[in-house]
Amino acid sequence: MTDLTSLGVAQLRDGFRGGDMSAREIADAFNASVAAGRGLNAFVTETPENALAAADRADRDRASGALKPLSGIPLGIKDLFATEGVRATAGSRILGDFAPPYESTVTAKLFAAGAGMLGKLNMDEFAMGSSNETSAFGAVVSPWRRSDGGNMSLTPGGSSGGSAAAVAARLAPGVTGTDTGGSIRQPAAFTGISGIKPTYGRCSRWGVVAFASSLDQAGPLARDVRDCAILLEAMSGYDPKDSTSLDAPVPAWEQGLSSDLKGKRVGVPREYRIDGVPAEIDAMWERGVQWLRDAGAEIVEISLPHTKYALPTYYIIAPAEASSNLARYDGVRYGARVAAEGGLAEMYGATRDAGFGAEVKRRIMIGTYVLSAGFYDAYFTKAQRVRALIVRDFARAFEACDVILTPTAPSAAFGIGEKTDDPIAMYLNDVFAVPASLAGLPAMSVPGGVDGQGLPLGLQIIGRAMDEQGVLNAGLAIEERSGFTTRPEAWW
Amino acid sequence: MSVNNDQVRHIAKLARIAMSEDEIAALVPELNNILGWVEQLAEVDTDGVEPLAAVIPAKLAFRDDVVTDGDRRDAVLANAPAAAHGFFAVPRVVE
Repeated sequence: MTDLTSLGVAQLRDGFRGGDMSAREIADAFNASVAAGRGLNAFVTETPENALAAADRADRDRASGALKPLSGIPLGIKDLFATEGVRATAGSRILGDFAPPYESTVTAKLFAAGAGMLGKLNMDEFAMGSSNETSAFGAVVSPWRRSDGGNMSLTPGGSSGGSAAAVAARLAPGVTGTDTGGSIRQPAAFTGISGIKPTYGRCSRWGVVAFASSLDQAGPLARDVRDCAILLEAMSGYDPKDSTSLDAPVPAWEQGLSSDLKGKRVGVPREYRIDGVPAEIDAMWERGVQWLRDAGAEIVEISLPHTKYALPTYYIIAPAEASSNLARYDGVRYGARVAAEGGLAEMYGATRDAGFGAEVKRRIMIGTYVLSAGFYDAYFTKAQRVRALIVRDFARAFEACDVILTPTAPSAAFGIGEKTDDPIAMYLNDVFAVPASLAGLPAMSVPGGVDGQGLPLGLQIIGRAMDEQGVLNAGLAIEERSGFTTRPEAWW
Repeated sequence: MSVNNDQVRHIAKLARIAMSEDEIAALVPELNNILGWVEQLAEVDTDGVEPLAAVIPAKLAFRDDVVTDGDRRDAVLANAPAAAHGFFAVPRVVE
């Protein structure tokens, strides 16, 4: 029999439905792959019994003719999602052994659709990071290595680094991620897989540990565009428990997939050509343009004039929202408590000092500062005004085009430890990803090729609000033409 | 604008993080670097631009005023570091 871990979501679903394999066999194969992949540190918690129980239900459902959309599919779940009875850490020490007494809406939807859970995936602490190095559970190691013969450990990107590594290393056919300023797209690019952040509001944030609430969105990472469409369809939908949830029907994205882009206009923003980006990135971008032209699209140059201000805007708004959201970690209702001499205030202070890592503290401090009396208008309100201009840039650009094509990240994966000394250098990783986040637009990353060292590079497609279909279709057109089949060698 | 040790100590107090003096000293140049970098926003002309708080114009949905959840005290307290008599327990606040 084929190695079942070599199959993606659609192949497993169709094979299972066609009787080629049982769900139990699929779950066994991926559970074994998760156990064999521990050297990558992709999982914080393994739940093989959960995957097996879901598989047995799927096998019974198949026998009784009651198949569900994701029957037989085991998934990895980013550890930012509340999973009933299974520890949720958000990559932080401060949550201790917190076992949520409830299920997030997104995971509840996936499980109701028949999926099982292989385990909870490692991530940057509270999703604050671009390399997975801020996790309290240690960095995730990318399955990819440079072709120079050295064995330097590379980052899978972040914050959904465990998610991306698990898909790239075939520990899971698909996973959930979350994206606040690139946390699905940049790791997808670094590991040669696909990932989509939908329009803000498509996926319920209920039960997703909050980082920056006006930006946080869940989405899937998987091996290809079709698998992303299947998973996103199952994750999306209106939820009265999230006040920013979009009250709109979920389109049949998989059924709507088409790589024929005749009549579509693809915008190429001139402001995304920035100094210091390797020539290989520009060359890949140019190949992407050619592929979309080949698919029938018309290419138009567009301008997004406030692009260079997106990152500093983000690094005011996101920490401000984070400082407010993370006020709840006080050692009272859940998580770890550190006792201190004195009273309640001392207990708060000691708990938060011991529980938060350096990057989280840095962002809480920035956020507290920009929201404090005397500085609020100069920083926070100013950033909200610039955000409005960034949103306006996109609205104007979409008068001239249907989707926008850019690189996903300004480099390939870097080495673990290479950028930890310089927060701003780390932040610059998300320079191409953050503008779409600030505007709440759907955006995805698909593989665009490899660099001179054999490492994957990603192309980003940004769409109009609610037009995930246009994004997925352009992604499919690239996928069909890029011929990207490179895989990391299984050294772990 | 830049911050000094006293200001960082004050921010840490507002954020309820009991940082050591070493942590505070290390954060001063880091925060100043980041603040210096975000200050480039000052060059953007935002006269007459309304601040944007949400990308989707939020219209809060109304629902019937009925109980939809609750009566789960034990589940809510199950993760508390300390609980007693059906309440969260904290260090003494009032002498």
